[in-house]
Amino acid sequence: MLDIFNYSFIIRGFEAGIIIAIIAPIIGMFLVLRRYSLIADTLSHVSLAGVAIGLLLGINPLITAVIASVISSAAIERLRISKKVYGESALAIFLSGSLALAILIISFAHGFNVDLFNYLFGSIVTVQQSDVFIILALGLIVLISVILFYKELIFVTFDEESARVSGIPTKFINIMIIILSAFTVALSIPIIGVLLISALVVIPVVSALQFKKGFVESIFIAEGISIFSVIVGIFISFYLNLSPGGTIVILMIIIFVCSFILRDNK
Amino acid sequence: MPNLDHKNTILELQDISFSYATDEVIKDVSLSIHKGDYVGLIGPNGGGKSTLLKIMLGLLRPQKGIVKIFNQDINHFKDWQKIGYVAQRNFFDASFPATVEEVVMMGRYGKLGFFHFPNKIDQKKVHQALQQVEMTEFKNRSIGDLSGGQQQRVFIARALVTEPEMIFLDEPTAGVDAKTQKQFYALLEKLNKQLNLTLIFISHELDILAHQATELGYINRTLDYFGDPKEFLKGEYFHELIGKSGIHH
Repeated sequence: MLDIFNYSFIIRGFEAGIIIAIIAPIIGMFLVLRRYSLIADTLSHVSLAGVAIGLLLGINPLITAVIASVISSAAIERLRISKKVYGESALAIFLSGSLALAILIISFAHGFNVDLFNYLFGSIVTVQQSDVFIILALGLIVLISVILFYKELIFVTFDEESARVSGIPTKFINIMIIILSAFTVALSIPIIGVLLISALVVIPVVSALQFKKGFVESIFIAEGISIFSVIVGIFISFYLNLSPGGTIVILMIIIFVCSFILRDNK
Repeated sequence: MPNLDHKNTILELQDISFSYATDEVIKDVSLSIHKGDYVGLIGPNGGGKSTLLKIMLGLLRPQKGIVKIFNQDINHFKDWQKIGYVAQRNFFDASFPATVEEVVMMGRYGKLGFFHFPNKIDQKKVHQALQQVEMTEFKNRSIGDLSGGQQQRVFIARALVTEPEMIFLDEPTAGVDAKTQKQFYALLEKLNKQLNLTLIFISHELDILAHQATELGYINRTLDYFGDPKEFLKGEYFHELIGKSGIHH
């Protein structure tokens, strides 16, 4: 049997994957409970446009993906608050708009040397050492922000009006959730790919919610599911030569179905 | 009757008017609420009760008029921990993953401020608030698993844990059975009398308000009555108003 840890790209894949596995469900918890899970999908398409810009300009695509995602997330939130456009319509505009931009850039550059497929569905091979550092640094920012603002985040998510009446700056917290989501989504691209990111953000959380526990406990359950799926998914994909993104998501779906059945049989 | 001190005004509305787009729902409303008052607000559906409450809380900004809370213009008001708020029932997601204890603890969050985490004192306050509403044994239960009346008690506890001087309640008993409602009103009366809490309460239960409230306001775009609830019931004015509005009495 091949020794998986002899390959440095696999080690990098594990490092990046585990960081993503830790932050995605934390952000996912707030997005799912605010009925805002679709924003992950939108931001992932925005990130693809960012990747295309990065490839075109010869900059690390992960950096341009993060920048594109953060700027768009702030714009989406502003559009939503202005109430001039429905929240989900704002998402649809950004989703299709950025995909269109990505395609235009790609056709303008007559395709890239890098396989675009890697960015659509994720590929551990594409993860560079510098990517791991970026993922670690920004992942830490996400994690620390959530810990520092945990109180405000949970209160605003549960009951925004009461949070406002108790003096919590709800606008600031809302924009923070969105920007942290932007970081998380853009960082997940190398591992899980544009088309599968929302699975990583949403499925572990929805599975954890089936257990009907408290907030903190639910986050830990979601973390368990997420980290398990990513580690086991990378192992399986390596030995069976499958796409890691697809394997991870299918594992998560299986866990979701099990938790759903468990809940009904309780 | 609690010791009413009508010199101590803690909330004042001056000539408030409010419109949603072109639809004026509140017109020229002025009133004063004093420390220890138990104010019942009644009126027909769509008459502007909830809107007025949201204006008092600073959640909506009136186009005209001034709101003063603890003698401060509401736009500059910062002391939000003096205020508790119990919103209409059913506003929240029953599958939200939070235990009773976690929900009540949220009431401490505004007071704690950024970067401060709950400590033993906060835990103790949560415990006390749960005792006051007799919900201690449910503290580890999921909020979505409780009955409507129990959930409402938890939200009262969340308002109490802030140690407010004034609590606003927006039809908290809508959809709750009669027995629970009675217990709920008994609890409010106790809070008002024992803790000298000022209560501002929207309800359809004129019967109960007439016995418990110290002031009654009738809102139907304009504030048609504000004063002693018993006087309100006696007046012919009342029959005229109630005849049109479908309020229980």
